[in-house]
Amino acid sequence: MPFIPHTQDDIREMLDVIGASSVEALFDEIPAGLRAKPLSGIPDALSEMAIGQLMQARAVQDGRVINFIGAGAYEHHIPAAVWAIVTRGEFYSAYTPYQAEASQGTLQLLYQYQTMMASLTGMDVSNASLYDGASALGEACLMAVRAHRKSKSLRILIPSTVSPIYSKVAHAVVGHQRLSLESVPLSLSKDCGTLNVSALDAYKGQDITALVIQQPNFFGQLEDVDALTDWAHANGTMVIAVVNPISLALLKPPGQWGAKGVDIVVGEGQPLGVPLSGGGPYFGFITARMEYVRQMPGRIIGRTVDLEGKQGFTLTLQAREQHIRRSKATSNICTNQGLLVTAATIYMSLLGAEGLEDVAATSCARLDELIAAVTKVPGVQLKFAAPRFHEAVLVFNRPVSQVLDALAKQGIAGGFDLTPYYPELGNALLVCATESRTTADIEKYAKAIA
Amino acid sequence: MSNTPNNLKYVKSHEWLRVESDGTVTVGITDHAQHALGDVVFVEAPEVGRDCKAGEACAVVESVKAASDIYSPISGTVIAANGDLTGAPELLNQAPYEGGWIFKLKPSNAADVGKLLDAKAYEEVLKSEA
Repeated sequence: MPFIPHTQDDIREMLDVIGASSVEALFDEIPAGLRAKPLSGIPDALSEMAIGQLMQARAVQDGRVINFIGAGAYEHHIPAAVWAIVTRGEFYSAYTPYQAEASQGTLQLLYQYQTMMASLTGMDVSNASLYDGASALGEACLMAVRAHRKSKSLRILIPSTVSPIYSKVAHAVVGHQRLSLESVPLSLSKDCGTLNVSALDAYKGQDITALVIQQPNFFGQLEDVDALTDWAHANGTMVIAVVNPISLALLKPPGQWGAKGVDIVVGEGQPLGVPLSGGGPYFGFITARMEYVRQMPGRIIGRTVDLEGKQGFTLTLQAREQHIRRSKATSNICTNQGLLVTAATIYMSLLGAEGLEDVAATSCARLDELIAAVTKVPGVQLKFAAPRFHEAVLVFNRPVSQVLDALAKQGIAGGFDLTPYYPELGNALLVCATESRTTADIEKYAKAIA
Repeated sequence: MSNTPNNLKYVKSHEWLRVESDGTVTVGITDHAQHALGDVVFVEAPEVGRDCKAGEACAVVESVKAASDIYSPISGTVIAANGDLTGAPELLNQAPYEGGWIFKLKPSNAADVGKLLDAKAYEEVLKSEA
């Protein structure tokens, strides 16, 4: 159902029916002291035309770069059909559904999205999305604490191979809720930018509520997910997987890690048909084992039949949510990222399993091409030779900032500078290549740093 | 008009308690409570072995429209939870005083039962709330 604004006549008619004198009068019961006053220091509103001109001028300043940055947000080609469909009024203007009867189209799409994400991650159930991958990790930590009835420690292990940005956000989300997020330090063996199971020996036998495993990890490397999952379960610890949805077209899904599969899966859905947009909006996904569904945050869409036996879609298990459970709700989120989820669902439908595999495989091949080209340049080395997805760590014989400046002069965003986060790696740069990068782009990169 | 059996004890928060022959007690919610909640879809029972204080929330009953905390009428240790409610939560609506019991306690102090309301006093509570 599209959103169509009310006319002044519509508003007048409704006010007459309920006997109110004006819309303002409906807020009379809010004390004057609690009402928002005009904010000082905010400039006047601009017209659509003026805003358009301002943004065009800003865009010129930003320039258009050839993008080799990954680190959590990935540039993939989005078929034109995706946003042509997403911008239909019924999708584009609809809010997150609260009233099932009036939102059957939206709910059907969300149900299909949930089905795809559960299938892609190899788990039993998905919600209708969260805000982004980073906050989804925070929610997963809280969910694990609620779901793990035997563990009392509220300790969650986050290896340093998990995105430091996600880790920071998870700390912010759970900071005041008595959870303890503990970092497992990097113990890098030669060639290997992954978490060694022996690094977990220090925690064996302790009450640890959950272990977070990111696959591929922040360095693009592939973790030994089976060994890590089995270690956790043997220790009575739940496993939270953080995954890249495109990579799941090639990699074993978390539902099949180890002997039993993981307990909760989260990740960033942006690679599925959502543009980079300077950092957002994106969407987070969360899937889990059915036994934990009542501890899941956010909206969940269900499929049922009406009195006449006809199929219909509903918002289900709402007793988890704050409009019913109040302070004991699983989360304060009462919405989802509907528009981006719509784009992702259409993207996945158009590409299909084969198309996703193509995107993933081509991205890996492009990264290999990039590594081959840049490691020919003296002073540039590949840090970790072990298996990876579409990102890798390069180490330089000069500061990364110099390398990035040289690349910027050629209109190239060269990668994500790791020095502030992992000084122990030296002059390290995280580079990413996707199917969007061409051989010409890669040759330009190698030339710029020679 | 709800049903309030005479052989049970009650608390204001609409739980009932039955003293068994071995001194343990069985706890559930009253007919009035199940009716107010609507169709029950899920019951989160307390873990066996957990200690509950009188008035402490120790279980949750979820219906399609609400989630209600269930409070322990007296202090004690949980010795059993009703497994039938997992597959058939509707038992709580159909037989709130029999098949729909929620958990059993070993009381910390048997005398605490005497402080609870009898059927007549509970019916007075219902009248005053109506």
